[in-house]
Amino acid sequence: MELIVAVLLTVTTAATPLLLAAMGELVVERSGVLNLGVEGMIVVGAVVAFATAQLSGNPYLGALCGALAGCAFSLLFGFLSLTLVTNQVATGLALTILGLGLSGMIGENFVGQPGVQLEPIAIPLLASLPLVGPLIFNQDIIFYLSILSVVGVSWFLFRTRIGLQLRAIGDSHGSAHALGISVIKTRYLAVMFGGVCAGLAGAQLSLVYTPQWVENMSAGRGWIALALVVFASWRPLRVLAGAYLFGAVTIGQLHAQALGFGIPSQFLSALPYLATILVLVLISRNRRLTLMNTPASLAQSFVPDR
Amino acid sequence: MKKTLLALTAAAVVSLGGTAAQAATKICFVYVGSKTDGGWTQAHDIGRQELQNHFGDKIETPYLENVAEGPDAERAIERFARSGCELIFTTSFGFMEPTLDVAKKFPKVKFEHATGYKTSDNVTSYNSRFYQGRFIQGQIAGQISKTGVAGYIASFPIPEVVRGINSFLLGAQSVNPDFKIKVVWVNSWFDAGKEADAAKALVDQGVDILTQHTDSTAPMQVAAERGIHAFGQASDMIEAGPNTQLTAIIDSWGPYYIKRTQAMMDGTWKTQSTWDGLIDGILTMAPYTNMPDDVKQMAMETEAKITNGELHPFTGPVTKQDGSEWLKDGETADDGTLLGMNFYVMGVDDKLPQ
Repeated sequence: MELIVAVLLTVTTAATPLLLAAMGELVVERSGVLNLGVEGMIVVGAVVAFATAQLSGNPYLGALCGALAGCAFSLLFGFLSLTLVTNQVATGLALTILGLGLSGMIGENFVGQPGVQLEPIAIPLLASLPLVGPLIFNQDIIFYLSILSVVGVSWFLFRTRIGLQLRAIGDSHGSAHALGISVIKTRYLAVMFGGVCAGLAGAQLSLVYTPQWVENMSAGRGWIALALVVFASWRPLRVLAGAYLFGAVTIGQLHAQALGFGIPSQFLSALPYLATILVLVLISRNRRLTLMNTPASLAQSFVPDR
Repeated sequence: MKKTLLALTAAAVVSLGGTAAQAATKICFVYVGSKTDGGWTQAHDIGRQELQNHFGDKIETPYLENVAEGPDAERAIERFARSGCELIFTTSFGFMEPTLDVAKKFPKVKFEHATGYKTSDNVTSYNSRFYQGRFIQGQIAGQISKTGVAGYIASFPIPEVVRGINSFLLGAQSVNPDFKIKVVWVNSWFDAGKEADAAKALVDQGVDILTQHTDSTAPMQVAAERGIHAFGQASDMIEAGPNTQLTAIIDSWGPYYIKRTQAMMDGTWKTQSTWDGLIDGILTMAPYTNMPDDVKQMAMETEAKITNGELHPFTGPVTKQDGSEWLKDGETADDGTLLGMNFYVMGVDDKLPQ
């Protein structure tokens, strides 16, 4: 029992940054914008969160500043791709490269310094439940926010008027513009939300996952988040399933190795990717539904010329 | 995608090294990780700084960080060769083939590859007998561990890493014949999150000593959090675990870099395979901390014995994992077998990935 809880706790820690970053990117892509800079925003969020927490001694301030840094970085992407109408794919890639380099520079003096950890917050009564108590109700604030983001994004996209407008923009920005919806403004807000989520995901890496700063500590998680969004066919609950499945297989394969089952480790290392893609493709196999969920004007630039 | 990006990033952060006059000789370094990783690459970068300080403005020492092993490495090395580097140090096992390929195209440039086993007219290989340090660590683990099981976080199944695992286990078994190790491969040299996950998985499964052949301090941090002990790798990691680190293998490449650069300047540089150890000072042990005095005493004695050649970590009788005899009583392993080691010794709780 104790082992199960310990294993599942590690799984939630591994899944949370993927879930947050993917949930942010989902909203961005639903509005028709493809921001490939997730990796860059995560790593900038991570270094700013670590630096702030270290200097102020307050990890909450660190998490907040990490989120804001992700947001500021996403605004750079927004300004280039939405206002100056640059190519979104190229701009996003540039954002990632810039983020990796910039974070290394900012973080140079923070390498090897002891970090400040975001402590878990126990929710009264619920935290003492067996199994789910320690797993779900005795976690750090970023975990709670990641779960809230799934609920919030689902509700926002499919139950609110502005969510409908955002999806309309993603499907046909020309028509949405003709209806009088402000395409650029909505997309800016979506991109900023994506930045906040990625920044928080970064803060989780440097304040919870491994409370320290090392260069490139995002280690490709931004790309996994991007892939999750596509394979989950832009559905929030499937992103949740995908992120946790990925986390579970990642941790599970390490345990399988430690138990010495004798399965080749290269295969086990590839397993999280294979399993996640397989499962998400299977649940998204209805072509009509997938097409319906795909934002039709994804990655297309919009110039309001009429 | 990720690898390309890393290479691009690496290219974007090329340091200009010294700002010496144009006549300065260019000695270039290719790193697999970040120079501030707290482990492997940091040790090489400290060596580079010692080299720079030794020769002052007679040389420039540009370096490339975060160069992925594989095709990206070849591009990075070739760029250096083209840009007028006279001596290029490539500091990761996976750079071996790319180094040899580039060396063929640039016969006048000299190359030095770390931890590999192939050489050519203008490619030298250099390595350190890390396994000597790992044997000492194993002995300490054998004394300290209460569960009799250590966790080993490994990177890639190459001879270098396998040799470390075997040496650690033989050291541990020399004081506790029933000692076991659990091996987890993370298939990466440097991924703090993954290394931490592996460390947690191992601790959850009951190991009470962690050792690693990866480059970040994350496993040390997990060990500190869970209140067990661990060994540092490549650099002294005591800051990540003041009450956790027992000792660490410290690589000190500086003297070697200075020696080889001098040889190149004197025109005496020749292809060779260097495999130095404790006695040459290329490998040193961090202070023995967080352990009882008698264990410390034993560790220091073993270190002295290995240094003066009295003790070879791979001394028979040693049985392979499959039960066949490898070394007879009193027989020591030859360097050829050690350099190409692709089998476990008895007692490793893992199947070696081939």
